[in-house]
Amino acid sequence: MKLTINGKEQDYTGEEDRPLLWYLREDLKMTGTKFGCGVAACGACTVLVDGAPMRACITPAASLQGKAITTIEGLDTPAGKAVQQAWTELDVVQCGWCQSGQMLAAAALLTEKPKPTEQEITDGMNSNICRCATYHRIRGAVARASEIMG
Amino acid sequence: MADTATFSPSRRFVIAALGIGTAGFVVGCNTGTTAPTGPITLTSLGDYVRVGSDNTITVYLRHIEFGQGVSTGLTTIVAEEIDADWSQMRFEHSPADNAKYGNPAFGGMMGTGGSTAIFSSWQQLRAAGASAREMLRQAAAKKFGVDASDVLLVKGKAEGGGKSATYGELAAEAATITPPAVESLQYKDASAYEFIGKDRDPATFFGRLDTPDKVQAKAMYALDYQPEGVLTAVIARSPKFGGKVGSVDDAAAKAIAGVTDVVQISNGVAVVATNFWAAKKGRDALKITWDDSAAETRSTDAMIADYKKVLAKPGLEARKEGTGAAGLRGAGEVITADFEFPYLVHAPMEPLNCVIDYKPGESAVIHSGSQMPTGDQGAACAVLGLTPDKVTITTMLAGGSFGRRATPDADLVSEAAQIAKAINGRAPVKLMWTREDDIRSGKYRPMAVHRMTARINNGAIEAWGDRTAIQSIMEGTPFLPPGTPDFSSIEGSNDIAYDIPNISVDVHLVKNPVSVLWWRSVGHTHTAYAKEHFFDVAARKAGKDPVELRRTLLAKHPRQLAVLNLAVEKAGPLPAGKTRGVAVHHSFSSYVAEVADVTINADGTFHVDRVVCAVDCGIAINPDIVRSQMEGGIGYGLSAILGEALTLTDGAPVQNNLYDYNVLRMNQMPKVEVHIVPSTEPPTGVGEPGVPPIGPAVANALLAATGKTYAKLPLGAKA
Repeated sequence: MKLTINGKEQDYTGEEDRPLLWYLREDLKMTGTKFGCGVAACGACTVLVDGAPMRACITPAASLQGKAITTIEGLDTPAGKAVQQAWTELDVVQCGWCQSGQMLAAAALLTEKPKPTEQEITDGMNSNICRCATYHRIRGAVARASEIMG
Repeated sequence: MADTATFSPSRRFVIAALGIGTAGFVVGCNTGTTAPTGPITLTSLGDYVRVGSDNTITVYLRHIEFGQGVSTGLTTIVAEEIDADWSQMRFEHSPADNAKYGNPAFGGMMGTGGSTAIFSSWQQLRAAGASAREMLRQAAAKKFGVDASDVLLVKGKAEGGGKSATYGELAAEAATITPPAVESLQYKDASAYEFIGKDRDPATFFGRLDTPDKVQAKAMYALDYQPEGVLTAVIARSPKFGGKVGSVDDAAAKAIAGVTDVVQISNGVAVVATNFWAAKKGRDALKITWDDSAAETRSTDAMIADYKKVLAKPGLEARKEGTGAAGLRGAGEVITADFEFPYLVHAPMEPLNCVIDYKPGESAVIHSGSQMPTGDQGAACAVLGLTPDKVTITTMLAGGSFGRRATPDADLVSEAAQIAKAINGRAPVKLMWTREDDIRSGKYRPMAVHRMTARINNGAIEAWGDRTAIQSIMEGTPFLPPGTPDFSSIEGSNDIAYDIPNISVDVHLVKNPVSVLWWRSVGHTHTAYAKEHFFDVAARKAGKDPVELRRTLLAKHPRQLAVLNLAVEKAGPLPAGKTRGVAVHHSFSSYVAEVADVTINADGTFHVDRVVCAVDCGIAINPDIVRSQMEGGIGYGLSAILGEALTLTDGAPVQNNLYDYNVLRMNQMPKVEVHIVPSTEPPTGVGEPGVPPIGPAVANALLAATGKTYAKLPLGAKA
């Protein structure tokens, strides 16, 4: 089965029910997508599927044939680049474990809504947990990324 | 290694090659002096700074970077004294070696915790940086043919006699220079600081050193480490604390494709497989009968009731002022409330894991995000029958910890070593805890009940009583000699700063099978809440404004008073429609006050809108990291008081994962403003001190609006 990950075709031969997360991390050694809860409750494993945020920890890799999968390693859209720049400028990260998922969620939000209100930022980011509670800076960085995008 | 010099150490310095394969020189130092901010004696030699011939300057961290910013903070201290260009600064975790990298605040054992990294390293790293600088100066003088006093060092370069050289070009020569005596070292005046006290600056690349790799997802954590042929293990542990494996039927587990081994270890049954998904499915297929004869069988409600029974009698005395408990009887009105605190889970975002590569009879290499690497090394030695020189601990970045990765019993590494031994080191083993393991088999912030009592007379608090029932974190660990009171249970209670004539603080240390551990800010997680919220209850009963009464009763504590006044001043007038609460607390040698502005909605739900924080942590090495730790500490503390509780039914945890163990999300996060008190005092820690005041500040805001005492945590959704 062919999967398209960051624009590159991969041949998936694993089990039907194996989540994408473990295929990315264990087989492709793409460890930027993180394991946090395994039940789609925290967002650490967020990837984009056809541009929309999706939880790789519960989504079988085999269900994604024909879809465009984007991980943090391939986040090179204008919104993605702006997000990474803003995250750097504001020194958002603390432990950093959730931040791949946060940045992908932010990139998806900004692609859909380039000028989000404060409430739209909170709504768009609310399903991604940061245990270091960098939320205050994430809010600021999403707004800053929006500025960078012009 | 030809051009890396190895020297016999002088009495107080060591210059040594670390065997890391690149050219350069290494400076470590033992100042041999008492640290300036407490009874900490630096007793160990250490290797802390390496100047490479590639012109990098690497600082070896004896503390793990798990988000609190030590990789930048400790590096900043060295960069300042060595006169570096920030772009040349690097960090690496040090090897496991108490003699070189022991934490003086932990009695010389390696460890990250208690907000001690900056506090315990300040003098040592200044000396290491200044020493390396003087050696570079001497090397430059020799190379340029000028007097050392004619060499100017600036931004990683030496200049003199019309010549210049980078530090990298001077490294080999510097390694041959005799290090200066510690007493002769001159430190920069604060007015000349290039990095200390400065904020991020894009022009000089100054900022968190771990930001670029984390933003680009290049940072390597233990869970990301995947050696060739690694097997993954997960463990089925007793559903009840104190339970043991009775019998195991592993036939179905072994039938899962990818499962290679099922092995019994001390605290459960491990399933080993070629990948995580197979290991997890294998574990799900195990049929285990548990022996619960020694297990906890109560529910947390029943345990709380038992704690309250204990509170009827006096406990171990922790503080007595005036007539102590006798002062609680007498003229006026006596008020009392039982404050109930649940078990809390650390729940770092990266679930616990480590990778062990064991060669039977030869060696073991462990990759782990550990707060206590030498403790882990000892645990592996005990299980595998190896000596410490054969067990290498490679410390990785950790995805949070909040105390969970500092385990005196080295649970994680001990389990991994047992599995590696059981499969005879056939392959490297990655032990993973799932989130369910983390929540349900955790080591928790102990449950506690504080019985708070005050006697109010003539508009004054004349007596204060704080009696706690709690499980001890420290008993049975190397950190608490037998017969010593457990300070982690009473810190923040027994040092109450308010000038009240009669004070009684005592504690009952309760025993039960649930495993407990320090949780970001440890005892202060509950003592600050009980002290600061009950203070408002008592002040209001006395007819006093709680902030004004604090000012009066903190007159002898200028640093607490100063943060209180700064936070209140910066908070400004209370906006219409909101309620406000204030709390101030001293923990881990730092002082923090927080003002919480809260909206209570018509349906009784409430939202914390804004928190203004003032912190005095001595010299703020990296002000922006101080701010980020206050922001994060406020979020972590708020998370606990709003929604976190690990409860037991018939001895088994009720909560499972992050869908029912409720941690803070963005919609609950207030706006935070942090104000740092300018200071010339030695720097103190900031990882924990932001946590304690937020709970009582919010409770005091609710009290101000409703008149209720908020004695049972978590608060839940409604005021």
